[in-house]
Amino acid sequence: MNWLLVWPILIPVLTAALCLLAWNAPGLQRTLSFLGTFVLLIGDLYLFAGVWEGGVQSVQMGEWPAPYGITIVADTLSATLVVLTALIGLGVAVFALGDIGVERETTGFHPLFHALLTGVGGAFMTGDIFNLYVWFEVMVIASFGLMALGCERAQIDGGVKYVILNLIATTVLLVAIGLLYGVTGTLNMADLAQVVPQHAEQGRLIVIAALFLLAFGMKAAVFPLYFWLPASYHTPPAAVSAIFAALLTKVGVYAMIRTFTLIFTVGQAYTYSAILAVGVLTMLIGVLGAIAQNDVRRVLSFNLVSGIGFILIGLGLGTVLGLAGAIYYTVHHIVVMSGLFLVAGVAQRVAHAQGLDALGGLYRSQPLVAVLFFIVAMSLAGVPPLSGFWPKVILVQASLEAEAYIVAAAALVTGLLTLYSMSKIWSLAFWRAKPEVAPQAAPGILDPGPLGAGRKAVLLTPVALLAVLTLAIGLFAQPLLSISERAAVALMAPDAYITTVLDEEG
Amino acid sequence: MENVLAIVVGILVACATFLILSRDLIRILLGIAILSNAANLLIFTAGRVTRDAPPLVPGDLEVPAGAYANPLPQALILTAIVIGFGLLAFALVLSYRAYVAMRTVDVDAMREAEPPYPDQSPPTGEDGRQTPLRRRGAAGTPTREAAQ
Repeated sequence: MNWLLVWPILIPVLTAALCLLAWNAPGLQRTLSFLGTFVLLIGDLYLFAGVWEGGVQSVQMGEWPAPYGITIVADTLSATLVVLTALIGLGVAVFALGDIGVERETTGFHPLFHALLTGVGGAFMTGDIFNLYVWFEVMVIASFGLMALGCERAQIDGGVKYVILNLIATTVLLVAIGLLYGVTGTLNMADLAQVVPQHAEQGRLIVIAALFLLAFGMKAAVFPLYFWLPASYHTPPAAVSAIFAALLTKVGVYAMIRTFTLIFTVGQAYTYSAILAVGVLTMLIGVLGAIAQNDVRRVLSFNLVSGIGFILIGLGLGTVLGLAGAIYYTVHHIVVMSGLFLVAGVAQRVAHAQGLDALGGLYRSQPLVAVLFFIVAMSLAGVPPLSGFWPKVILVQASLEAEAYIVAAAALVTGLLTLYSMSKIWSLAFWRAKPEVAPQAAPGILDPGPLGAGRKAVLLTPVALLAVLTLAIGLFAQPLLSISERAAVALMAPDAYITTVLDEEG
Repeated sequence: MENVLAIVVGILVACATFLILSRDLIRILLGIAILSNAANLLIFTAGRVTRDAPPLVPGDLEVPAGAYANPLPQALILTAIVIGFGLLAFALVLSYRAYVAMRTVDVDAMREAEPPYPDQSPPTGEDGRQTPLRRRGAAGTPTREAAQ
């Protein structure tokens, strides 16, 4: 039994528990939080190395043989994503040292943060569809807590919409799982992959697949189910919205990629064309919404929605190249979105303003913040040689090969509009002189005191590391491309996944 | 029996949808409570309603003697009930806080996070505080202050 497989779940749970014990000692909680994410990253890197060398690994919880017990599986895609979870977790944990005030730390920020990482890690690693629902709920309840923590008016308002729509989404997921169990009689994903294609009632299974698409689509914030995201993501502190933006929607996307390549290979012509249409609309509507907004982090929220569309078209094309592009884009998007939300939080804090109409002059007053923002923003826009360029090239090439010319055109238009929306933030918030409006107290940020040099260094170090990371995966694209290709090939032909899970007891 | 239960689930989902489409936060929460109960009943029905013996293994046997009822749906529902209860409790507290903070349960009037003018900052008064957003008390559901 390979204990490294439960590492992405076990370490955050332990950290959360220890942070709970240190409830009244924020200093101790900070140390634990940092150490927890650091240890998590090291273990996840070992896990990834093991999967890269030895292929798919699985372990049965409680030693119950495969289709009956709960399975934990790691293939290239899940191993890559847990490494990224730990990496962003570490970055945000460092950022939170300077961003989250003592009020929030003594009301449970650190335990909730690590509970969130537990849910995300569990959702990436599980091989059981009901267990996936449970991890979704762990993740969602932790995110509810983080969203409402601090109880500012905007947070409560955003939280209400976030909570209600996510509750509906998880209930739809539960209904879909119940129906799938009623039709097939199994919940193990590898077992489902064998049962579903040979099942007699394909019509019912396609209806169930559509329900899964609806549930995961709400989680992933795709058009037309994304409205909870720009209503809420800009209200909590920057650290919280960065971890949300990096990971939560990606779990929905991951679940969609996993179920629609492994289980619902029936009726692919129908489901994949639906995913493709949804993807195109998501990226266009998302970026158009971004252009109209004023609050910097709302602009970024809409760009986040737009990026989900890019990942979906990679899945919807149904080719190895498309999936490789989608996985590459997911990795890029996790790094860049967290970096953008963090640097936007710093910019809003130093300028004491949230809206683009009140910001300005940051290039002159905060050159380092401006340079970091420029790197991650241009990376999101897909300017070569940064990390956003390569997955867009791959996705456009994949859609041209699949003769989906509308998709390719939509991707290019979205890229252009993303560049426009990023340069709008750049020119308004950073480049122009500070406008002559009265500075407002930023209502979404509980200000834990003035921003000294030490605190600013704590805030900017993770942003700088993320910016270096996006430069690195842009300049040296080949390693990540090999990882994405191998993950995509394994997703398109999941025989190794199925045999590893089902033969594990033998 | 499955058919009757399926119809009950359908009615529950219809009621829940009607309630969730309301603008009143309390009605929405009631709708979500009904929806999660409908989901639980659906899993119960999907696991087949049978009148077999409980799935207990007698002490001297390896497998149960004779036909036995499927225990898995109950286990799933138990998990879902616990999770659903916790989430609903949280949502109720959050709604109460929303009422305390914004003095309304009309979700259309809750515009703190999404101002009605998304392309500019909210206006500020002379004291530097944001002016309260226009409420829909007159046109829509009356707020508590309007009723008093």
